[in-house]
Amino acid sequence: MAKKLMKGCEAIAEAAIQAGCRYFFGYPITPQNDIPEYMSLRLPQVGGCFLQAESELAAINMVYGAAGAGARVMTSSSSPGISLKQEGISTCAAAELPCVVVNMMRGGPGLGNIQASQGDYFQATKGGGHGDYHAIVYAPSSIAEAVELMPKAFDVAEDYRTPVIILADGLIGQMMEPVEMPDNPNPVMRDKPWAATGYKPGGAKPRAIINSLYIETEDLDELCRRMQARYREIEKNEQRVELYHTEGAEFILCAYGTVARVCKAAVRILEEQGVKVGLVRPITLWPFPSGAVHDAIAQDSVKAALTVEVSAGQMVEDIRLAVNGCKPVEYLGEAGSRIPEAEEIAERILAMRRA
Amino acid sequence: MTERNIFAGFGGQGVLLMGQLLAAAGMMEGKNTSWIPSYGPEMRGGTANCSVTLSDQEIDSPLVSRPTSLIVMNRPSLEKFESKVMPGGTIFVNSSMIDIKVTRNDVTAYYVPCNEIAAELGNDKVANMIMLGAYLGKSGCVDIETVLEALLEKLGQKKAKLIPLNREALLRGAACIE
Repeated sequence: MAKKLMKGCEAIAEAAIQAGCRYFFGYPITPQNDIPEYMSLRLPQVGGCFLQAESELAAINMVYGAAGAGARVMTSSSSPGISLKQEGISTCAAAELPCVVVNMMRGGPGLGNIQASQGDYFQATKGGGHGDYHAIVYAPSSIAEAVELMPKAFDVAEDYRTPVIILADGLIGQMMEPVEMPDNPNPVMRDKPWAATGYKPGGAKPRAIINSLYIETEDLDELCRRMQARYREIEKNEQRVELYHTEGAEFILCAYGTVARVCKAAVRILEEQGVKVGLVRPITLWPFPSGAVHDAIAQDSVKAALTVEVSAGQMVEDIRLAVNGCKPVEYLGEAGSRIPEAEEIAERILAMRRA
Repeated sequence: MTERNIFAGFGGQGVLLMGQLLAAAGMMEGKNTSWIPSYGPEMRGGTANCSVTLSDQEIDSPLVSRPTSLIVMNRPSLEKFESKVMPGGTIFVNSSMIDIKVTRNDVTAYYVPCNEIAAELGNDKVANMIMLGAYLGKSGCVDIETVLEALLEKLGQKKAKLIPLNREALLRGAACIE
C-alpha cells in the first residue's frame, strides 16, 4: 500500500480501526483532540460507535461497559484527563477487562501546558490508580511505530485481559510522518467466553458477571493471585526494546518516545567526533525490559549511562534498578515540557568523558 | 542528503502549509520526511512555525534545533531563529514584510519580495508559494511538479483550477534565486 503523510493522532485512530476497534468513548483535551475528531468521522462508516461522554469519568466507565460486553474498545486523553480516568482503569484491571487507553502526554503537573512531556511515566507504569495492578505500557517513538503497536495493543489486552496504555507525547500526536496503513477489513478477534453478552436461563453458557468487588478475603486473594501470576507471564513474554549502536559503546543513552529520537541524533553527532555511544530505547515501559537494559550497560566497554527524559527523572529509577549499581547512571532533563536538544545531550556525554 | 528546515511567520501566512507540502512532496519522491508544527496559543494571531526534515536516510530526530535552511515570512521569526541556523546554511527572507537584513556572514541570505510578487500575480494568498518556490529553486530537493501534485491532493479536484496560479507562484519564486 502507498505511503500516506498522516498526523500521529489520526494515524493512531485509523490503526485502531484497522485493528478492529469499533467503540470509542472520550472527552476533549489538547493535544489529542484529533483522535476523537477522527473517530467521530470514521467509526460510523464502519458500523462502530463514537460517543463524546460528559466527562473523562463517564468515558472510562463506558469503556468498562463495552469491554465487559466483549467489544474492542478504546479511549484517549491527555495527562490531566488521564488522571481523571485512573479509578476506571484500576476497575478495568480488577474486572479483568481488555481495553486500550491512549495518553498523549502534555506538560504537568496540574493543568500544566499543552506541549509534549513525559511526566506521566510513574503514573502509567507504577499503577496510577489504586491497588495492586499493572497496565501494559507501550511507548512509540514514531508514527509508523505507533501504527504498528495499535493492533498489538488490542491483541495483548485481550490475551491477558488487561488494560493497555499507549504512552506517547504530544509531539507524536501533532507531527506528520509517512505511514503505510494496513488495510485489514477482517482482524482476528479473540474468543471471549467471559463477556456479558446476554444470559439465557437454562442455556449452556453460565451467567457472565463483570465485577471488581470481592468482600470475602479469600475471594479477593484469589483474584489478586491470578492477576499477579498473569503479570509474571507478561513480564516474561511481552518486553520490547530497541538497542541502537550499543555493542561496544563507551556510553549508553537511555530514552523512550520522541526523546529517544533526539538521542539518536546525539549518537550521530558523537559518532562523527569518534565517540562510541549507543542508545537503549524501551518500547514497553511496563513490563520494563530490565534484562536488556542491564546487559547493554553492564558491558565492559561502557563507562556510564545517561538517561534523558522530559521529566524530573522518572524512568531513571527503573534504569538504576536494572543496572543495580554496576555502572553509574546519570540523568539529563527537566520537569515541564522542554525537550533537550541533541547538541546538549552530546555536550553532556563529552563532559562525562572528560570527568 | 538531509535537509532540516524551519518555516516561520505569522499565523495565516501559510507557513504550516508550505512545510506540509514540502514533506508530502518529499514522501512522494521516495524520501523520508517529517513535519512538526508549533501548536498552542502562539498560533492564534501570533507566530507559527514548523520543522520539516527530508532525508535519503532514516530520520533520527524530527526536531530541528539547528536548521540547514530557515524560511521566514515576518520579522519576529527572523529575529527568533537567525542565530539557530547551521554555519553554511541558508536563510530565505520575505523582504516584503521584513525591513532588516540578515546579520550573520557565515550563512547565505536570499531576499524574496513574496507579497509584491503575489500582488503582481493578483492574489496575496500565494506569497507562501512564492517563498516555497525560492526554497526549491535553491535546494532542488524536490521537483516543483511534485509539490503541485501534493497541493492537488490537499485541495481536491474541485479546486484544481487553482493549480496554474500556484505553479506560476512557485516558478516566480524559483526565478528569484540566481
